[in-house]
Amino acid sequence: MDSSDRWFGDRTPGVEEHEPTASYLTYTVGLGLAIAGTIVSFVVAQTNLLWAPGIAVGLIVLAFAQIGVHLVFFLHLGSGPDSTNNILALAFGVLIVFLIIIGSVWIIANLNTNMMDMPG
Amino acid sequence: MAIAAIDRAPTQTPIELAPGRGGGGPASKRIVVAYGFWIFILGDIVMFAALFAAYAVLRGNTAGGPTGTELFNLRNVFIETMCLLVSSYTCGLGALSAELRRPARFLIFAALTFVLGSAFLFIEATEFARMVAIGAGPSRSAFLSAFFTLVGMHGLHVTSGLIALVYLVAQVIAKGLQAAVLRRLLCWSLFWHALDIVWVGVFTLVYLMGAP
Repeated sequence: MDSSDRWFGDRTPGVEEHEPTASYLTYTVGLGLAIAGTIVSFVVAQTNLLWAPGIAVGLIVLAFAQIGVHLVFFLHLGSGPDSTNNILALAFGVLIVFLIIIGSVWIIANLNTNMMDMPG
Repeated sequence: MAIAAIDRAPTQTPIELAPGRGGGGPASKRIVVAYGFWIFILGDIVMFAALFAAYAVLRGNTAGGPTGTELFNLRNVFIETMCLLVSSYTCGLGALSAELRRPARFLIFAALTFVLGSAFLFIEATEFARMVAIGAGPSRSAFLSAFFTLVGMHGLHVTSGLIALVYLVAQVIAKGLQAAVLRRLLCWSLFWHALDIVWVGVFTLVYLMGAP
């Protein structure tokens, strides 16, 4: 192996080369989908397109869709072997996040319902 | 394992022999570093989950003070959202340019990311100052305490991200696009994208579900 080849440019010798997994197109598609999701969220929240009591649910579904777009197109979580560990860690993180948020809301709502009327 | 390998196309590495899966040796340092940083980001998101939970519980407790409907300006929130979203896009393009060893293009995208992130922070700081000026500061009610903690914590993260970006650009200029600098850039772009994910939660739960 020619040493001149290995030292050419600003590449560090001995470090593995890899092909970038993403492309300009990946990011552009992701941006388009994310902007579309954002606009739909803002429109749904301020108009009567959705049945009024369903707006909150619709907004939450749209938020999950946008988070999915971010994860796939910006953070490149995919089905490849390099992503397996990241997805397992993410699954655990999502579990904890849901326990904290849903658990807190549930418990406090229950306490509020069972609260005795305070004088004054 | 050999039998499993026969079923696949010869050009494709069998999954058991991929690096980091036992049979193919350790994963590359780049993968391991990004995984470690991913764990940190998930920890950070769990912290945000606690603040989201506090806000969700306290959002109705306005103590007779102003409510979200009176305070939030959705037009500004939309502009903020677009700033952060496009800065996430330019951040990704910058990281990609760095991996393709295009320093000039990286610097342009980094500058765009910095400008858009600063615009986001400027709008947010202006909104906070306006709210405090009309007597809707964090000490007014439990709702506003939770609001300023959650949104302010996100703003602090964006601020620290911008400081780290300046530091990284200085490293790229001083050291060039070495492997170690590329790994730091990768981690930084993960951080910046994660902030955008948290912001999706903020504008949905706080602004869109709180304003109308």
